[in-house]
Order: sequence, then structure tokens, then C-alpha cells
Amino acid sequence: MDLEYGERYEDFRQEVRAFLEKNKPGEDSIEASGTRREWLADWLGLQIEHGYWARTIPKEYGGYGAQPDLLETVIMDEEFNRAAVNRGMSSQGPSMLVPTLLEHGTEEQKKRWIAPTMRSEIMWCQGYSEPGSGSDLASLQTSAREDGDDFLISGQKIWTSTADKSEMIFILVRTEPDAAKHAGISYILLPMDTPGIEVQPLRTMSGDLGDNSFNQVFFTDVRVPQANVVGKRGEGWRIANTTLKHERNSLNANSEGTILKLIRLMERETSNGVSAMANPVFRDRLMKLQARSMAMKFHAMRMLTCSLKDESPGVAGLITKLRNCQLNFDISSLAIDVMGELGALYDHTEYERDRGYWQSHSFFSLGLIIGGGTAQIQKNIISERGLGLPREPKPAKG
Amino acid sequence: MDFGLSEDQQMLDETIRSFLADRVPIEEVRKLRGEDCPNDRTIWQSLAELGVTGILVPEAQGGSQLSMLDACLVAQALGHSVTPTPFIGSAVMVPVALRQLDHPEIAGWLAGIATGEIAFGVAATEAFSLREEAGISFEGERLNGKAMMAWDACGADLILFPIDGDRIAVIRGDASGLKKTKLVTTDTTRCTSELILDQVQPEAVLADASCAISQMLDAGRLALAADSLGAAEAMIEQAVAYAKERKQFERLIGSFQAVKHMCAEMISELEPARSLVWYGAHSFDTLPAETPLMACHALAHISEIGHEIASVSTQVHGGIGWTDEQNLHFWFKRIGVARGLLGGPGLLRERAAELQGLAKAS
Repeated sequence: MDLEYGERYEDFRQEVRAFLEKNKPGEDSIEASGTRREWLADWLGLQIEHGYWARTIPKEYGGYGAQPDLLETVIMDEEFNRAAVNRGMSSQGPSMLVPTLLEHGTEEQKKRWIAPTMRSEIMWCQGYSEPGSGSDLASLQTSAREDGDDFLISGQKIWTSTADKSEMIFILVRTEPDAAKHAGISYILLPMDTPGIEVQPLRTMSGDLGDNSFNQVFFTDVRVPQANVVGKRGEGWRIANTTLKHERNSLNANSEGTILKLIRLMERETSNGVSAMANPVFRDRLMKLQARSMAMKFHAMRMLTCSLKDESPGVAGLITKLRNCQLNFDISSLAIDVMGELGALYDHTEYERDRGYWQSHSFFSLGLIIGGGTAQIQKNIISERGLGLPREPKPAKG
Repeated sequence: MDFGLSEDQQMLDETIRSFLADRVPIEEVRKLRGEDCPNDRTIWQSLAELGVTGILVPEAQGGSQLSMLDACLVAQALGHSVTPTPFIGSAVMVPVALRQLDHPEIAGWLAGIATGEIAFGVAATEAFSLREEAGISFEGERLNGKAMMAWDACGADLILFPIDGDRIAVIRGDASGLKKTKLVTTDTTRCTSELILDQVQPEAVLADASCAISQMLDAGRLALAADSLGAAEAMIEQAVAYAKERKQFERLIGSFQAVKHMCAEMISELEPARSLVWYGAHSFDTLPAETPLMACHALAHISEIGHEIASVSTQVHGGIGWTDEQNLHFWFKRIGVARGLLGGPGLLRERAAELQGLAKAS
């Protein structure tokens, strides 16, 4: 056991800290640059120049070109969080598409898409889920039929975050209708302004149509060149699984900060002149959640160590999403309880605490329990891949 | 950054586990449950030869002077095999207390712990919870009073207990005026008894011991958490193994999602708890300011998830899991009784809140 990062990394931490102190965007910086997109392009460009964004992406694709170093990534995340600085990432392009292109894209695709994506000049949405294909994603039915050098895409996607704001979509479609379920899918890139695409907002239980908006996207004979396929035709499932791996990694939110926010709320919140923290029932629930949060924090350190040593963590590496998402939901549940009747306030009503953070956090974390692989799918993965339990037999046909 | 076990620690873990699998299989535990005290002295002596009893004893007294994480790995292995031993009291709590106190007898006692010739009992309950008018007083060079739920006192050569917030007493296990009464619990792998002291002459009364008492409790809580962690781990292993061999409705029951998800829930709770115990144990030697909080959180958390794992893994077995013959109940009861020891989850969480200034110290 050695929980120190070592001198070289602590020097790196000081560099990141100094950069943030000097360049941390002020509250009015967005207005000063004109639009949010312009501000974002400048801010991301500055981060890339210093190597704090697109750090390991090769220079020829618009990145900083450093060798991958996991601890550097961890330190950058820690310091940006500590300084409460928004990285600026606002679409699934940098987190999901770019790693996929780096692994499976052609030289031309990499040159064309990676640099503007990392600078947020192009926003991407992800066209995976369909109304009939959620947990069983590979059953997707959106079709792409050949028409000369093009495909004509028809069908419907759902849960498409930021589809209303994105210039591009990476989408899974069925190009080989006669092939087996997993072998008939291709991964295609196309512009969202192509004729035949219609975007309809999908209002969630939070009522939110803001930055976290979801959409349904309808495709009617949407023409796209066959050259826009990433990898080979029919390999889309394998390629998408690279992306899903990146998604699961990005869902491992740390709850330490949320617990601190809850502690401050409980110290402040009073009923009959007694603070929520002085109520032994609430305090006990808080301590239970704090222990769970700490366990997940140390677990992340253990998993980080496995990655650094290139060791497989076994089943211990499969449980993070399941436990963290449930924990985050449970934390917001206690916060809402300690506010009593006022816990129900919503939509920027007077008396709302923490600017309505807790109700939003509750809805959002419930969504995360389901999204990116439901809790039930996670448990199937944990028990089958992690514990070696047998798969459920397929029902007999007919 | 290296959050994990060293090669030496992995080797220690493997050595102890393979020794216990070989020497103390569950059939052996079944035999010992009929005894007045389940702690078998020959097993203890073998553990001494492996360096286990002296794991926290300074090298100067013949111990191996390893870390609390090493001690917790041993505790975890002992929980995994539900071995009856005085390990947590005699090899963890007592050395942690004695090695920081000053008395001419201490060097000899520590040396005796390391060789296995001396086994200590510990009566620490009154340091955190007074019930049944218990409590020991020291007046006129004599000890009087009562201690509840003393550990491993039956066959102990010496018994150690805090007598107030600042002093520790050590008496002989066969001291004149000491009456030991076995308190039967559900867990037949632990020795628990009531001690009544009537004008007992102590071997030593050690002053300025407040720090030793609190560290002794922290160490005991961490080791007890590790013991329950190991027991819970063993219960999950048995449930998963059973789900892979038991058939109903012409299918292995492990292929039913209902059963799979029970197993997934259990393992997903266990693994982060393992990380919590490792961190808490590591803090004992390197980040001592964090240890009291970590010890409370680790034991309270393991008590909660252990309770659930003990119940669910029994349920995976169905009716046979509820029988004496299947042996699963040894683990169930080991975890169940540990839950009440050294504070219990409610008291430990209140202590955790006090330590952070979130509750008024009572």
C-alpha cells in the first residue's frame, strides 16, 4: 500500500493548479466571448495548447500528443473538480466517438473529425437505442438499404441526448438484414441536417428540456454515402462495444462532494428550531451513506491500481456502475427527506434549497440507474462474467 | 499510487488460508463447538509457529511487527474458515495496547504472545457500553466488579481490561477471587463469558492508558470487520458454488435471474467493503488521524452488508441452507454475533458522527 502519487506527479499537479488559477474562466466569460459555443471553442483550444484536454490525442489529429498516463488523467480530473472548473465537454463526441475513431477509423476519418470534435466545433449525438431495442440493443431495426454508393436509412432512435443541438450523429443501423442479429449492424457517421431526419424532444420525468435533454429522432430514406461507415460493414456491434466501454467508464461519478453538500444542508436545515443534523434518525442515515461513499472512493483507488499495473480486477471491476448509481440516488433521497415538506419544491420556486439541486439530482441519478445498461443488465454481467453463473437458456422456439 | 496488497501480503494471505483449509476444515469446527471453550490451544500453537500470534508484537520481543493490514488479512482468513481463536483479542488488541505502555512485565507478556505460550482474554465491553450494572473498580490495590461478554477468558493465561477511561488492568486467568461464567451465544466459534471479580489482585495496573484504550478499540474494530468480511466472502463462495450445481425445473438454479441477481447484489456489496477495510487498516500505521473514523465506519458498514449477505446466501441454498448439516449457519452466526460486538452499528455510526463534530459527544 502506498497512496502517494510520487514527486513527478505532484509536480504535474502543481502545474495543473497554476494553470487553473491563471486561466479559470470567470462567471461572465461566456457573455464576454459572444455565444457559449464560441467561448467553449476558445476555452478548449487553450486547454489543448497546455495539454489539459485531448492530452493523449496525436498532434496530427489536433491533440496535444502526450503518451497516455493514467495518473496524469486522474490528477487533471481531481484538480479541475477541486477548482470547480467545467471542462466544457458537452456532447458525446469527445467521450465516445473520438476513442472509437482512434481505434477503428480510417486515416481520413480521423483527420476530418477528431480535431473539430475535441474543440467542440462539431457536436455529436449517439443513435443507439430504439423504442423496441433497449437492453437488447442488438435487436435494433433501423435499416440502411443500399442505393448505388449510398445507404438509405429509415427507422427511429430514442434517448438521443443533444440531438437537437448536434451537427452530427454516430448511429447503429442494420445494413445486412439477412445476417445474424449481431453480424448485421454497421456504425455510420452522418450530418443531422441531411434531408429526411426529424428530431422531436422527449420530455423526461424531470420535465427538463435544458442541457440534459433527450430526443427521439426519425429517419425517412436518409441518404448517406457508404464511405461514412466506421470499420467494416457488419462490424458495428463490435465497434459500438468499444464506445459502450467508454460510456461505462464515464458513469463512475464520485459521491464524496455530494455527501459534503448534504452535510452542509443538514447543518443548515431546521425544523422546530432543531437542525436536521441534530436529529439522530437523519444523522444515522447520513453516516450509513458516508460509509458507502467512502467504500466506493477507496474501491476506485483499488481499481485505479489494477489499471496502472495492467491487472484484471475480476468481478470487483464490474460492480462500480451498479453501486455508485444507487448510492447517488439514495443520497438525494435523504436530502429531500431532511427538508420535510419543502423537499418537494421544484422548478425554482421560492424557498427551494440549493437551487433545486436535490430534486434534479434525484431524477438524474434514477435515470443513470437505468441508462448505460440497466441495473438488471449490470447484475447479469456481474453474475455471468464475474461469478461464472450460467446464462439463462433461450426459450424453445414455437 | 498502489492501493493493494504487496507480494509479501499476498503470500501471507495464501499461507494462512491454505493452513486453515488443511488444519481447520469445517468438520473440525463442528467438533470444537461441543467444548466449554472452542479455542483449541494446539491450533493456536500452530498459528504461533506461522508467526500469526506475534504479528503485531515488536521484533525485540520476538514478534514479526507487521502492519495492521497484515493483521486484518489474518483476521479475514480466520473469519473465512470460522476458526475459533483468540486472535482479535490476544494478537491484535492486546499487543496494540501493551506495546505503547510501560511496565516491567510487558516485554515478557508480548514475548509469550509471540511464542503462543500466553493467550490473553480481553474484557473491553465496559469501555463503550455499560449494562447489567457491570464495571470494574480498582481500590485498595484490589479489583472488584463485573465485566460482561469478555472474550476468550475461559482458557486465558491472562486477562486484560480497561477499568476506566485511562487505566488498563491485567489479571491472571486463574486469579483468586475471579469467577468466570460462560455466556452462551448463537456463535459456537467464539468464547464469551461473564467475569466477576471479588478482591482480585492485579498483575499490573497500567496508567496513562487512554490512548492505548482507544487504539486497542480501533484495532479490534478493524480486525472484527475483517473477520466478518472473510466470513461473508465465504458465504458468497458457497452460495455461488451451490447455484452452479443445484438443479430445479431441469435447470441449474444459477441460470435463473432471480438467483443470479441475489449473487450479484452480494458480491457488489462485498468488494467495496473489502476496499474500505483495507484502507482503514492501512490508515492505522500511516494515517492515524483517520483511523478512529475509519474503524467505526468499516465495522458498522460490514455489519450491515454482512447481515444481508448472511441472509441472502442462506436463501440461495433454499431449505438445506437452514439445516445444521449444511454448516452454513456457522458463518451466519459468526457474522451475526460480530454485529453486536465492540459497539454495534448504531453506536459506531453515532461515534463516527461525533468524531467529525456532527454530533455532540455523549
